[in-house]
Amino acid sequence: MTEEKKERPDLLSRRKFIRNTGYTVGGLAVGGVLGSILPLGTAKKNKEETAQNFNRALMYFTPEQYRIVEAATERIYPKDDHGPGAKELGVAFFIDHQLAGDWGFNSREYMQAPFFKGEKVQGFQGRLKRRDIFDIALRELNNHSQSVYKKDFVDLKGDEKDAILKDFEEDKVNITTISPSGFFNMLRSSTLEGVYSDPLYGGNKNMDGWKMRNYPGSQMAYASVIEKDFKKIKPQSLQNHMGK
Amino acid sequence: MARKLPKVDVVLVGVGWTGGIIAAELTKKGLKVVGLERGKERKTEDYYMVHDELRYALRYDLMQDLSKETITFRGNENIRALPMRQYGSFLLGDGLGGSGVHWNGQTYRFLPYDFEIHSKTIEKYGKNKIPAEMSLQDWGITYDELEPYYDRFEKTAGISGEENPLGGKRSDKYPTPPMKMSPPMKMFEKAAKKLNLHPYMMPSANLSESYKNPDGIQRSACQYCGYCERFGCEYGAKADPVVTVIPVALKSGNFEIRTHSNVRRILKQGNKVTGVMYVDTTTGEEIEQPADIVVMTSYVFNNIRLLLMSDVGKPYDPKTGKGVIGKNYAYQVMKGNAVGFFKDKEFNTFAGAGSLGILFDDYNGDNFDHSKLNFIHGGGISLTQTGYRPIQNNPVPKGTPMWGKEFKKQSLKYANRVLTVAAQGSSMPFKHHFLDLDPTYKDAFGDPLIRITFDFEEQDRQLAVFLANKCADVVKEMGADHIDSLKELGPYDITTYQSTHNTGGVIMGADPSTSAVNNYLQMHDYDNLFVVGASAFAHNSGYNPTGTVGALAYRAAEGILKYHDKGGQVG
Repeated sequence: MTEEKKERPDLLSRRKFIRNTGYTVGGLAVGGVLGSILPLGTAKKNKEETAQNFNRALMYFTPEQYRIVEAATERIYPKDDHGPGAKELGVAFFIDHQLAGDWGFNSREYMQAPFFKGEKVQGFQGRLKRRDIFDIALRELNNHSQSVYKKDFVDLKGDEKDAILKDFEEDKVNITTISPSGFFNMLRSSTLEGVYSDPLYGGNKNMDGWKMRNYPGSQMAYASVIEKDFKKIKPQSLQNHMGK
Repeated sequence: MARKLPKVDVVLVGVGWTGGIIAAELTKKGLKVVGLERGKERKTEDYYMVHDELRYALRYDLMQDLSKETITFRGNENIRALPMRQYGSFLLGDGLGGSGVHWNGQTYRFLPYDFEIHSKTIEKYGKNKIPAEMSLQDWGITYDELEPYYDRFEKTAGISGEENPLGGKRSDKYPTPPMKMSPPMKMFEKAAKKLNLHPYMMPSANLSESYKNPDGIQRSACQYCGYCERFGCEYGAKADPVVTVIPVALKSGNFEIRTHSNVRRILKQGNKVTGVMYVDTTTGEEIEQPADIVVMTSYVFNNIRLLLMSDVGKPYDPKTGKGVIGKNYAYQVMKGNAVGFFKDKEFNTFAGAGSLGILFDDYNGDNFDHSKLNFIHGGGISLTQTGYRPIQNNPVPKGTPMWGKEFKKQSLKYANRVLTVAAQGSSMPFKHHFLDLDPTYKDAFGDPLIRITFDFEEQDRQLAVFLANKCADVVKEMGADHIDSLKELGPYDITTYQSTHNTGGVIMGADPSTSAVNNYLQMHDYDNLFVVGASAFAHNSGYNPTGTVGALAYRAAEGILKYHDKGGQVG
């Protein structure tokens, strides 16, 4: 370990933690992760790289779908005096990226036939994957906006968008293939996921979702604060553990 | 035709807490043990990036892949059971260590009352206290008989705690002192004492200080990072099988773990089992592992499913009440709680540990008079600080919109200003709550899924509201400005998380006509088959079950050694 690295504050998370807390048993560090606790990389920050965010592109949505999701999630989690809303936080990118992977394909869920409509307490019994549900629901959001306001969803005023979303939430839209409220609930929960998940997934830009609620993100330890009254702690993300 | 391997002394089906404990105890005595684990290898280094709420808590990284196997569920026999397609009510573990990896570590002893619940209820309240449909039974063992095994498990795991003032007698204190106390826990303690209740620190497997257990395994103290439940511990501070009992078994040189090995059948001949048939899921090959003794150490559902699929034991018939495999499925009543909103106080609730908490048992078991109440038993009432992670914790006072400007404002305001007091209500067995094989839905091998038939009863509805009101009293005394508490328990709903505390199905007892295993968890019908885990519970208590599961596993290990020496029924 060179002197230069020691002094860089952004390198500290795990290394400093061990040194400062004496996280040892009888002078020896124990526990499996500790053996591999040193930062993985020592790459220097490249200014150009940090300025350009290559994550901001689409894996699944069409540009039109992306704009609808961006507009809808901003109504669910709007920008206000506390800070940015879903749009600025990158929630639509987050949802796009999630739909491109396991979650969008329901790949770790039981999707075998036969499909029957069940009791509410028996949970989701549909045959459609989340990406299919999004495709249908986003089209229906526009259809419903057209039938009520003669405009596409993204062109509506704020309270008009809310009214359309509320119709979905309360199952006041007639769609045969999907449950409007089921879609709305999925949109709401994935919005919160995009706002508050680690920035590595494309949302929670700049950890602003966490900052608004004073959540410290990923910290190595709270042993020194657990007995104390509330204290604001500067957040850090999982990237801190990569030693970058 | 399955490839047949050489015979071993013991084969374990599943390597979590029960498999790990039994492997450690048997291999110490020189028995050759093979552990078959359907999932993958796990180690502490896996959790380098564990502070990831999305991956672990919302996408269930450590849980069983439901696309390959799930359960089906119906509220009663008149409804078509449907598969649990997505996670909700409980989270099934997978991989080495099983659910013991992603647990919180709350490690209790059940009350002396629990083990003799049928006798004691009749003794105190008379026969009519037990509803006709409630299949309440004694466990065939007493608290005093099980006490030494509780002590063993607590010392292995290094449980941090202090004596429960209303609990059973202890032969020794906890091996490590209680966890640290946070300001909200102090508020709970003060309020509970003011209400003349008996608060004590939650017994914790998170380790309050570094500790060396009797097997020589050394672990370090919890750092209160707030990522326990649904996560693995990056420090090895949380006791799990991988950092406690499995290394002891491996060190003996007598234990072989085979991961990616999914057992599909128990093999039998006459009144003995002869081994198991499993599939190597990396190649698809079917393999037969013969053994002198077979020990079922998977989660409740697979213990029962494998017995039923292998035609071992008498399946339970809810119409006649006869048969035992699948009988007395029980769960828990977790929804009786009260949420307190504090306008002017902010708390460090982002910090925490899986079993950081404080509780009282004044309304648990038969610690209070039930003569004027329409239910038996009760539940522990606690305040826990397990780490208030931001995706899953956005409570707002009742009546607040659930999205939009006002939701954002209120959820941010209360992000660090909410404290919940919650009850863990017990669950009594009923004749029409049971497990059997689903006639329609199959797993990835084409084998039937296990089917749950279960709903809440009047007992549960009464209990939930009673406990919720007690919770609200405490939250009020703690000074909350606004309190939301449960007013009515709806039907059992598989979509919302309650607890991974499923129990019963291969219950223990003295009488072979009403129970499946004796008090060493040895099958009454098959001397060389032991079925270990919460599947042995005749009902579920108002506590987390793992302490009792661990104690029973030590007891079973002793029984297996007895059988190995002398044969026959050891109980």
